[in-house]
Amino acid sequence: MPASFLKTDEILVNMGPQHPSTHGVLRLVLRTDGELVREAFPHIGYLHRCAEKIGESVSVTQFIPYTDRMDYLAAMNNNLAFCLAVEKAAGIEVPKRAQYLRVLAAELNRIASHLVAVGTFGLDLGAFTIFCYTFREREQILQIFERMCGARLTYSYLRHGGVMRDIDDDIIEDVKVFLHVMESKWPEYNQLLSENEIFIRRTANVGIIPPDRAIANGLTGPCLRGSGVSFDCRKAFPYSGYEDFEFQIPVGTGQKGTLGDAWDRYWVRMLEIRESIRICRQVIDNLPDGPVMGPVPKSIKIPEGQECYVPTENPRGELGFYIIGGGKDVLYRCRARGPSFCNLSITHEVCHDVLLADIVAVIGSFDIVLGEVDR
Amino acid sequence: MQAVFEKLKARFGEDGFQLATGPGDPFVRVPVERLRDVVAMLRDDCDLKFDQVLIVTGVDYSDRIDVVYHLRSYAHRATAVLKVSVPRDGGVVPSICDLHPAANWHERETFDMLGVRFEGHPNLRRILLPEDWDGHPLRKDYQQPQQYHGISNQ
Repeated sequence: MPASFLKTDEILVNMGPQHPSTHGVLRLVLRTDGELVREAFPHIGYLHRCAEKIGESVSVTQFIPYTDRMDYLAAMNNNLAFCLAVEKAAGIEVPKRAQYLRVLAAELNRIASHLVAVGTFGLDLGAFTIFCYTFREREQILQIFERMCGARLTYSYLRHGGVMRDIDDDIIEDVKVFLHVMESKWPEYNQLLSENEIFIRRTANVGIIPPDRAIANGLTGPCLRGSGVSFDCRKAFPYSGYEDFEFQIPVGTGQKGTLGDAWDRYWVRMLEIRESIRICRQVIDNLPDGPVMGPVPKSIKIPEGQECYVPTENPRGELGFYIIGGGKDVLYRCRARGPSFCNLSITHEVCHDVLLADIVAVIGSFDIVLGEVDR
Repeated sequence: MQAVFEKLKARFGEDGFQLATGPGDPFVRVPVERLRDVVAMLRDDCDLKFDQVLIVTGVDYSDRIDVVYHLRSYAHRATAVLKVSVPRDGGVVPSICDLHPAANWHERETFDMLGVRFEGHPNLRRILLPEDWDGHPLRKDYQQPQQYHGISNQ
C-alpha cells in the first residue's frame, strides 16, 4: 500500500497524571506526529496542598512537618532550609554539634535521594535491576534515620535552634558501615548502568540544555551542573558549617555525548553521591561535643517587617524559603523556592521534535518531586 | 545591594528608587514603570550580571501588593532583591518573561495566588489551581469556598 493512503494527522496525547514515568502526578499534553513529539505542555497542580497558605496560619514550629511533605524524598534538606531561614530572621544561634549533625543528616538524605533518582531513572528506561540495588542501599539510610528520629520518610528531625535529639555511638558505627558499603557498591552501579551501552544510547545526546539556557530558564542543582556550570550553594553561600568540609563540585563535561545531556545530569548525581560520602566521613571524624539545642524561646516571634531568604542546596537544586515576619510566631508570608518547580519549567523548551520515548528520559533526568512542584 | 543601588542611581537618577536596609535582607524599591529597564540593565551590566530569576512572588499588604523579585548572579555569586508596589485592585506589572524565561511560571503562580496581572505575559493562566477557581488564596481577605463542584469541605 503506498504511504499516501496513511493518515498523518497530528494528535494530542495525554501523558499522566497517572503514569509511572512522570514520577507522581505530572500531566503532559503531547502534540504528536506519529512517534515524534512536536510539543509538550506540562500541566501541574494535581498535588497542590496550600503549603504556603498553611505557612501563614500556623506557627513556625508547627510548620516544620509541612516542609517534610514538600520534597518527601529529601525531608531533612527541606527542614534545614526552613530552619535556617527562621533562625536567621529570629536571630537564633545553633550549637556546633547540632550544625554538624544537620550536615550529616542532610548529606545522608542527599545520598538517599540520589539513589532514588538513579534507580527510578534506570527503571524509566527499562533497566529494572539497578532500581532493586539502589533501594537496597537506601534502606540502610532509612534505618539509620529511623534510629535517629523514629521516622523513615517525614523526619522533622531538625528543629529551630538545633536538632531533636543527639545520636549515640551505635548510630555512628552504623553510618560508618553504611558509608563503607555505599563506597564499595558505587563501581557496581557504573558497571550496571553508567557504562551500559543501552543506557548510554538512551540518554547521551538526549535533552541537551546548553549552559546559558540552563541559567536563563532557572535551572539549579544537578540539572545546572550537568550543563557545566560549577555552582553549589554549599560552596557559594556556606551555611550550617559547610565551610569546614572539603568536597568537589562535580559538573557535566559531555563525556558520552553533548554537554548538558541527560547522561551528564545522571552522572553529576552519581559523582555527588561520592562527594556526600566524603562529607559524611569528615563530619563523623570531627564531630564536636556539646549540646544539640541552643537557647530558643518557647514561642519564636519574628519581628514585623523582618524578611530573609537563605539559599540551600537540596538534592534537586536550590531550595530557599523567603519569609516575612509579622511580629507574632506566625509568618506574614512564607514562599518556598522549590528546585523541582523551576527545573520542570524548561520542559516545553527542551521537548521539541523529540521521540516519545525520549520524553521519559528527559523528565527522568530532571528528577522532579511533584510534592514540591505543586506544594 | 549597595553596589546595585549605586548603579541604579547613576543610571536612572534618584526618582522613585529607594534602598531599604533592614530589618532583614536589604532590597531596592523600584517604580513599576522602570521595572523592565532595571531588570534588563542588571542582566546586561558586566559588573552585575544578574542572569537568573530565582523567585517572583507577591505579598499582600492591606493597602497594596508588593511584587518581589529575587535575582541571582552566577558570575559574582550574589543575590539581589527588587520590589515594586501595585494597587490591590487591578494591579498590573510589566512581565519580564522575555528577558528571563525562568519568570514565566513564577509570574503565573503570582497571578494565580494573588491576582496580580503581568502585562505582556504569553500565557497568563492559573498554574496550581483549577482554571475555574474563584479568588486568589494568598490574599489576606480570601474567603475559603464552602464547596467546589459539589465537593463539600465541611
